[in-house]
Amino acid sequence: MDNILEAKNILKVYENGVIANRGVSVSVEENTIHAIVGENGAGKTTLMKIIFGIEQAQEGEIFFKGSRVSIRSPNDAIQLGIGMVHQHLMLAPDLTVAENMVLGNEPRRARIFLDTDRAGEITRQVSEEYGLQAPPDKKIKDLPIGVRQRVEILKALFRNAALLILDEPTSVLTPQETEVLFKTLRNLKNQGKTIIFISHKLNEVKQIADRVTIMRDARVIDTRGVEELTEHDIAHLMVGRDISFERIPASANLGAPLLSVRNLSYVDDEAILVLNKFSFDVRAGEILGLAGVVGNGQTELVRILAGLLQPSEGEITLRGETLIGLSPRKIREKGLCHIPEDRMEDGVAEETTLEENFILDRYYKQGFSKGIRLLWKDISRHSAELIAKFNILAPSGKTLVSSLSGGNIQKVVVARELSSDPDMIIAAQPTRGIDVGSEEMVHRLLREARDRGRAVFLVSADLDEILKLSTRVIVIYNGEIVAHFQDMSKVRAEDLGPYMLGVQREEAVSGKVPA
Amino acid sequence: MEKFLLKYFTLIRVIIAIAIGIVISVFLIFLISREPGFSLRSFLLGPLLTRSRFAHVFETASPIIFCGLAIAVAFQAKQFNIGAEGSLYIGAAVATAFAVSTNMPAFIHIPLVLLVGGLTGAAWSFIPGILKAKWKASELVSSLMLNYVAYFLGLYLINFHFRDKEAGFLVSYQFPETAWLPRFIPDTRIHYGIILALVAAVLVYYFLYHTTTGYEIRSTGFNDRFARYGGINVFKVIILCQVILGFLAAVGGTTEIMGIHRRFVWQDSPGYGWSGIIVAIIGRNHPLLIIPASFFLSYMQVGGRVLNLMSDVPAEMITVIQSIIILLITAEAFLSQWKYRITLRQAEKGDAV
Repeated sequence: MDNILEAKNILKVYENGVIANRGVSVSVEENTIHAIVGENGAGKTTLMKIIFGIEQAQEGEIFFKGSRVSIRSPNDAIQLGIGMVHQHLMLAPDLTVAENMVLGNEPRRARIFLDTDRAGEITRQVSEEYGLQAPPDKKIKDLPIGVRQRVEILKALFRNAALLILDEPTSVLTPQETEVLFKTLRNLKNQGKTIIFISHKLNEVKQIADRVTIMRDARVIDTRGVEELTEHDIAHLMVGRDISFERIPASANLGAPLLSVRNLSYVDDEAILVLNKFSFDVRAGEILGLAGVVGNGQTELVRILAGLLQPSEGEITLRGETLIGLSPRKIREKGLCHIPEDRMEDGVAEETTLEENFILDRYYKQGFSKGIRLLWKDISRHSAELIAKFNILAPSGKTLVSSLSGGNIQKVVVARELSSDPDMIIAAQPTRGIDVGSEEMVHRLLREARDRGRAVFLVSADLDEILKLSTRVIVIYNGEIVAHFQDMSKVRAEDLGPYMLGVQREEAVSGKVPA
Repeated sequence: MEKFLLKYFTLIRVIIAIAIGIVISVFLIFLISREPGFSLRSFLLGPLLTRSRFAHVFETASPIIFCGLAIAVAFQAKQFNIGAEGSLYIGAAVATAFAVSTNMPAFIHIPLVLLVGGLTGAAWSFIPGILKAKWKASELVSSLMLNYVAYFLGLYLINFHFRDKEAGFLVSYQFPETAWLPRFIPDTRIHYGIILALVAAVLVYYFLYHTTTGYEIRSTGFNDRFARYGGINVFKVIILCQVILGFLAAVGGTTEIMGIHRRFVWQDSPGYGWSGIIVAIIGRNHPLLIIPASFFLSYMQVGGRVLNLMSDVPAEMITVIQSIIILLITAEAFLSQWKYRITLRQAEKGDAV
């Protein structure tokens, strides 16, 4: 079979000195699904950005359909027939599906006005040709994420993409939606398309891909047929050592409820009811998982618990004392810590040093300052301890956070939040977008906290994570609890999906406190 | 060598920007002056040629240092308050009112006048602070507008209530001698304001980098969501840094009238607040770098004045040169290719990051 795409000896060094690709060579055979896997910071997204013209390589060559090409912008890539579906979808939420489809390529009436009918027609045509359903007249913001992704794929197909790049497409999808996507991808392959599929979920790679390229440390380790490798083999190649995959049994020593939430409601600025009479308990010694599709009220719930947002109604207590109306600092001082879902927005100040990030919640406490004076020597010593203990890859505490990889930045956040050994841990998307090694470490730390009798509230869009760690699970849909699973031994990912999508709900759950 | 270049890249860039600015100004002078050699000498060496001009550099530098520090404190918290000029003006005006209507021994009069000036500026700057913290009103807009209000208020106060009708100019009464900031170098007007400015720079440096409140200010500036998430009272920081700004700027203005003029003489706003923004940018908001930046700017301004007096080149030249330098310093991309190539070579050697 011919190679549709060949990248040879790609070298890419970012301005801050980070080498993202070091002599990377990859060949993608025509009409295959080619997976690229690797830890975060391994260089896979950078490689894709170079192929799609978003970044420029310093050295190396790219061959497309046999001839050497120079791709200086996404426009060049699209002209050649390369399409990309980004991790964060690039659609205009206020425009309709049809308008998004033709954006930048609009059919016109009288040369000026957008020909809406023609746009709808184009959308229906492309939909039909590839068997991908999308309602042309609906606005993007009213569609579920799985359909939005489909629109992005359609958009690339409309521009005659022969090669489709999907950057971690399943990270935002439920298992059911993932199934639909995979069906779509197989269909596209049958119609002669080639697909590059970036992921760090190994079971998906096994399921969908024909060939797999494994990257580690800015280099390509190997490219093989998927059938030659087991999940363990791939993981081993990715990380360079063995990783455990077993579900960890829950500890039995459950204590009293530590955090209690009762009838919590939140109405946002646009008068939308984001949380509706939410009630649950988290007990000492357990990990309570909150499963749900992103955007169903989890973000607001976590911010309310941490004191960053005021609820409209309801009560939150920690060890029986109310948290409502307290400042974030008071709440922290009562023993609640918070790993935020967006580490770059909330978790770190990236243009400053590790040291200054570590002391955020403790700079005013004894051991870090005396009166108004900061004790920098003690702070440096403390930072060095955290760097060593949490295995953070950084030359020193004086390093800028922005020069670290995603996984290491998350370790900085986790190190700060967990090192004070708080009683109540709120962990929101604690391993989103980080590598397997870092993920394993975060999971171990959460389990250890649980075993020490701490309470953990785990909010995650990653069902594998929820299933692997949780003692109990509640499911959120549209701001309400729609299911509660007590016995995790029998629960599979597929069981949670219908609840997450709102097609099913436990009648008994609403109004009752799952405890 | 290359490692050294990387480490001090920002500083090197500033120096190169200044050098280019000077080269362009030399070029411009050759273009417009009929006696370019003489003009150039006036501009570049003028401040060094007489004792009083050289002293001028120090005299002008001290309010600029104060205003640069003021701006730096607010900019470090990413509060783009540009009201140093207004705080300086109203602070100096109220300090004047206080100085000419009280009588006490110097050792208490001097600090009190300074304090009255500073507190007036702080109170003035509290307005954009509270507007921002409470109602998210852009401090850039409100502080800019308040500059005009401060100017006319100050002017009203001096011209209608404290004007010295015997003076023959629109100026206030002269300060009693107990409120004079002493001069300490004979035959010059260099006064203790410069010492206060240098002390203030060290104090502000210590405050920003070695105290808990300084940490709160800088963290808020780096990422205000991060600060709030970690429990820092961002509301307090937003107000506090602007109050400090007003205080420092007003003290700077007050030292100037106490040390140089000994009465309020500004019928036009003196512009130190704007120079403060320039030196804060050149000094990258670092209190200790603001000192050399202020001396540099002061030297250029004195050179510009000499140029204006002695030659056929207009003083506006100096504004052009300032603009070029600021432009080059603030343009992030300037010389970034060069830095990038060094980074690349270092990375290939394998010892980067």
